[in-house]
Amino acid sequence: MPEFQRFSYDVLVIGAGGAGLRAAIEAGAAGAKVGVVCKSLLGKAHTVMAEGGIAAALGNVDDRDNWRVHFADTMRGGQYLNNWRMAELHAKEAPECVCELEAWGALFDRTTDGKILQRNFGGHRYPRLAHVGDRTGLEMIRTLQDHGIHTGMEVHMECTVLSLLMDGDRIAGACGYDREKGRFQLWEAKAVVLATGGIGRAFKVTSNSWEYTGDGLALAYRAGAELQDMEFVQFHPTGMVWPISVSGILVTEGVRGEGGVLRNSEGRRFMFDDIPDLYKEQTADSEEEGWRYTQGDKNARRPPELLTRDHVARCINREVKAGRGSPHGGVYLDISWIKERMPKSEEHIKRKLPSMYHQFKQLADLDITKEPMEVGPTTHYMMGGIRVDGDSQMSNVPGLFAAGEAAAGLHGANRLGGNSLSDLVVFGKRAGRFAAEFANANGPVTIDEEELQTTATAALAPFDRGPAGENPYQIQYDLQETMQDLVGIVRVESEMQQALEAIGQLSARAERTGIAGNREYNNGWHTTIDIGNMMIVSEAITRAALLRKESRGAQFREDFPNKDSEWGKYNIIISRSADGEMQVEKRALTPMPDELKKVIEEMK
Amino acid sequence: MATPATFRIWRGDRAGGAFQDYTTPVEEGMVVLDAVHRIQAQQAPDLAVRWNCKAGKCGSCSAEINGMPSLMCMTRLSAIDLSMPVIVEPMHAFPVIRDLVTDVSWNFQAKKSIKQFKPRPPDAADGTWRIQQADVERVQEFRKCIECFLCQDVCHVLREHHKYDEFIGPRLLVYAAALEMHPLDTEDRVSDLRHKHNIGYCNITTCCRQVCPESITITENAIIPLKERVVDRYFDPLKRLFRIL
Repeated sequence: MPEFQRFSYDVLVIGAGGAGLRAAIEAGAAGAKVGVVCKSLLGKAHTVMAEGGIAAALGNVDDRDNWRVHFADTMRGGQYLNNWRMAELHAKEAPECVCELEAWGALFDRTTDGKILQRNFGGHRYPRLAHVGDRTGLEMIRTLQDHGIHTGMEVHMECTVLSLLMDGDRIAGACGYDREKGRFQLWEAKAVVLATGGIGRAFKVTSNSWEYTGDGLALAYRAGAELQDMEFVQFHPTGMVWPISVSGILVTEGVRGEGGVLRNSEGRRFMFDDIPDLYKEQTADSEEEGWRYTQGDKNARRPPELLTRDHVARCINREVKAGRGSPHGGVYLDISWIKERMPKSEEHIKRKLPSMYHQFKQLADLDITKEPMEVGPTTHYMMGGIRVDGDSQMSNVPGLFAAGEAAAGLHGANRLGGNSLSDLVVFGKRAGRFAAEFANANGPVTIDEEELQTTATAALAPFDRGPAGENPYQIQYDLQETMQDLVGIVRVESEMQQALEAIGQLSARAERTGIAGNREYNNGWHTTIDIGNMMIVSEAITRAALLRKESRGAQFREDFPNKDSEWGKYNIIISRSADGEMQVEKRALTPMPDELKKVIEEMK
Repeated sequence: MATPATFRIWRGDRAGGAFQDYTTPVEEGMVVLDAVHRIQAQQAPDLAVRWNCKAGKCGSCSAEINGMPSLMCMTRLSAIDLSMPVIVEPMHAFPVIRDLVTDVSWNFQAKKSIKQFKPRPPDAADGTWRIQQADVERVQEFRKCIECFLCQDVCHVLREHHKYDEFIGPRLLVYAAALEMHPLDTEDRVSDLRHKHNIGYCNITTCCRQVCPESITITENAIIPLKERVVDRYFDPLKRLFRIL
């Protein structure tokens, strides 16, 4: 019978990116005994890859900015499917959370009067992103990590969670194994915060790290939590497309924020060709005005390159499909052209975009101060996730919380750049606080030992089948191909039906995976666990996308190319039925209070 | 066009191991990590390798490639002579867990021994500070560190002399420098640097600076100024005299 190493906590946080660490710090500050479980080493989570900045209406660069504008921008970006309460709290609390980071040692770039500097980004009306060059995510995770290690949290690095444990209807902790030895672990807890990030590895071209296999979403789903908005997968418009080995790696929107422009193979700045009505009023009508905006002219409107990500990604897709793409299937993103406008542009680019300069120089042997980059859409972010209460971040499972990318609601149908890092701290903090409160208000939990043993036995099954079983890496590749080709940027009913069938077959193959070697740091074994989770999220994405018969935000349906106001009244909810089947239903949005409606009206 | 290349990868665990050759096709633009992944997926499914971002931002895939401490994700195959086998082995300064993965937990433990950030009171009534960009930039260089621990790997005090109990190594000296030179910090770490972290062990060979994938000027900008602070406090004869008086 497999042995378990046992740990007991008030609050267990799963995931150690920005949201997880912020939750752990907050729960610890509220007096809870906190355990953190993460799949990688501490400080390596996907948050390190966030580049552009953290959105917060500090009003340091443009004093017209405030929470009301940020709220309205976020709702408009999300096509009004957002959880309005989360959008409100986020806009109100993000500035305080940024200041908190500074108080813990983060060093943001400065304005001339010594305040935190803010930059332009897509969908944000005013310069709003506090940043550190283009490595803001690293600054944030390091700050949280270095502050957190002195707060008493116990971190279990390089562990994979196999299952959430229940005590009746209530959460009771989680079980999993450590990568180093493959020993089984039991983390008993009165409350659990899922901060496991996204699902990008379900697609072939992605900016996400290997960890983004939808673990938290799948764990929550299996424990009875509802998922929401799963059809809304964000394709970031600018990933690297060349060389092939770097395909998908992110090129920050900061490049466009600093004046970078998109051109097709004919040299045309195609983003001016198609500006959505919703944004006509706020978009520049000449290249001259767009340039002035990126250089801080308050009277200028933003260039069309800074429209929302869904729109820019589709425009790039259109150019490539029409045969106007770059040699390797993308388009050109050019920041080097600013030499026509400013002296010492090379130094300027290296200072503003150091990480991008370094990335292209090292990986593509290309100097972005002299040449344009080749870029194309890449799977980047999951707007959908675990359905939570807007204030507390608790799911419909008592004691189970979610924050950051693993939770749904804040971003609606499409996330604005920079709203992710602020989401992590605002709702990480809230989840930590409310999880500690929940733990405090509820007594100890009882672990179902039988369930524990069943989980361990199932996890070990690939070893019994040995190398003759299915190759887990191959199944992962096949799933990524399926999702990329059939449930990608442009979707249509027949292809998605095909995808569902393929996922069914792949799931059956996943049941037959076999592994060589032993349990010690066995990447093949880890992959067998990951693909189980990826199957669940892939099916959920596909079923939700099939049900939403319209194009809105990140979802573009070729068979329903228009936005349908009727569909604008619903979220799509996914849950597991008693017999284990995946249920998909539409659920009416909660009506927005009048005062918030008024804010949106004012900002139109 | 794909051409075959041979990768001589160290396989084993704490008990010991050996190099094993794998031949796999390589294409234009590939990095070492791509080849390792391909070998893992097709020939050695239980090959242990650590990685996250594949873009030089997380510092997970540190290894020694043809004897040089490097990030596998940032080492392009076009920069390597592929007529010979490419030797890929785990970092030598840390205990092996398995194959290319080493136990770097000591770094995380050692970090806790450095006194944490302690800011001065806020400058403005709203609880915020005023800092000039010029003052930020000096420290931002150190905060670029991705904690790949390649500098620790190459440091002879750790690698050859195993002074883990007495010396924190270049990464953590950079961390200490980031705190000491932080425009808001009020803590004093100079005594610890001398007595606890033994900064004197560093004899500024600059090996650490040479392997840093973020090009942080570890020796000149971080370690030497910290050494100067220690020297100023403890070895300046005039200051010693004043202290005695």
